[in-house]
Amino acid sequence: MLASLVGFLGDFDLAEEAAQEAFAIAAERWPRTGMPDNPGAWLVTTARNRAIDGLRRERILAAKTRLLEVPEPVEPEVDANAIRDERLELIFTCCHPALATEAQVALTLRALGGLTTEEIAGAFLVSPDTMKRRLSRAKAKIKTAGIPFAIPPDHLLPERLAAVLAVVYLIFNEGYGGRVDLAAEAIRLGRALAELMPDEPEVHGLLALMLCHDARRPARFVDGELVLLEDQDRSLWNAAQIDEAHAALDRALALRGRGPYALQAAIALLQTKEPIDWPQVAALYAELALVTRSPVVELNRAVAVAQAGAPDEALRIVDALELDDYPYLHSTRAELLRRLDRADQARAAYRRALELTRGESERRFLERRLAEL
Amino acid sequence: MQYALLIYLKPGAFEALSDEERAAESAKYWAIREEPGVLGGAGLAGVEAATTVRVQDGQTLVTDGPFADTKEVFGGYYTFEGDDLDAAIALAAKIPAVHQGGSIEVRPVLEGHS
Repeated sequence: MLASLVGFLGDFDLAEEAAQEAFAIAAERWPRTGMPDNPGAWLVTTARNRAIDGLRRERILAAKTRLLEVPEPVEPEVDANAIRDERLELIFTCCHPALATEAQVALTLRALGGLTTEEIAGAFLVSPDTMKRRLSRAKAKIKTAGIPFAIPPDHLLPERLAAVLAVVYLIFNEGYGGRVDLAAEAIRLGRALAELMPDEPEVHGLLALMLCHDARRPARFVDGELVLLEDQDRSLWNAAQIDEAHAALDRALALRGRGPYALQAAIALLQTKEPIDWPQVAALYAELALVTRSPVVELNRAVAVAQAGAPDEALRIVDALELDDYPYLHSTRAELLRRLDRADQARAAYRRALELTRGESERRFLERRLAEL
Repeated sequence: MQYALLIYLKPGAFEALSDEERAAESAKYWAIREEPGVLGGAGLAGVEAATTVRVQDGQTLVTDGPFADTKEVFGGYYTFEGDDLDAAIALAAKIPAVHQGGSIEVRPVLEGHS
């Protein structure tokens, strides 16, 4: 609804105000008259009419004309087909690279997720005032800098879509860390994108990835303790959601998607199988490392190589990485050294990982492993 | 919308070029003046020719050199009229400075101030 209003009015604040007014009118009227046939369209039309009335009123006031009584708004003529779905335009505006990433995230949650400023502030652990300022600054910049309300032209689409997907995945990861509502919100956004851009493989890839991770979440922690994938109770996984993830990945692959999200989804889904095809996982990580050039991906490849039965080769991959400040490098090294019966070196690596790890449950996990040696 | 595209140069980048390369660079700057929507612009002489002026207690204080010591040097600007920020970004990406380690700051011109 907000998307269509921003598109129509060209102004975030006006659109939000009009939407609120329309909801207020509905709350007052619908209990008496019953719900209209198409409530969404009714709301958009009413909000548009209110906004137009408001603009007229302002103009009239500005001209110091007092002749006109503001007419009571007539019941809107509702034509659902006439209201264009402009959520895509809105999300590309919210995720424009001229806005700071944190502003992109906040705007997307506010405008497309419909979260309140207080909810967004709570999710990112900042005060509502700070979040309010962040949102107003972003909205002001959209207007002053002339950030377009449009789907980017073809030559810009790949990079702009990547920015949108990055925002959605960022929201998901904030939620995956424990704030459940945000993960659900990100999945909702991912579903909407898949519906709005059905021909973009990475859109389906990202949706598949989020669905798969989210499906395993109930098994990831037991009594607040982190549980490794291999030790997770698979009966806690959400099987229907894993099926949905498979379907989304199939669509991505059918569209010849081999981008970073599709590859990550393929890897995550392989790991829901039993037994896990580790050589295949390692091969996909190698492909992903080529696309992303990320040493973290190489680290994950090393884990897969070790699982496929070659811990010495895995250790060679790990030791070639320049990631000394990254706790998972050291915890991975520690696991590999332990497996290769090099206990002293393993202990040193666990200690280094403990120095760098901040998460409480992850620290306890490492301490247990160290004690077991 | 109107934008000012402020050109920041990496110091020494232009000086490091050969005569032919400099001529080619200048030609590219002139070519941008012919791009649709470009209203005007100017290239500035180097900071060694800069003079900074302040007024304190009614006294005009003049000092040698630029206002601020920064890694990048303000080297010139274009003014541009286009549909939206994306149009301005597309033009900015064509300005030679961005291929020589410099950058372009895109700033909207206040309405009624051009």
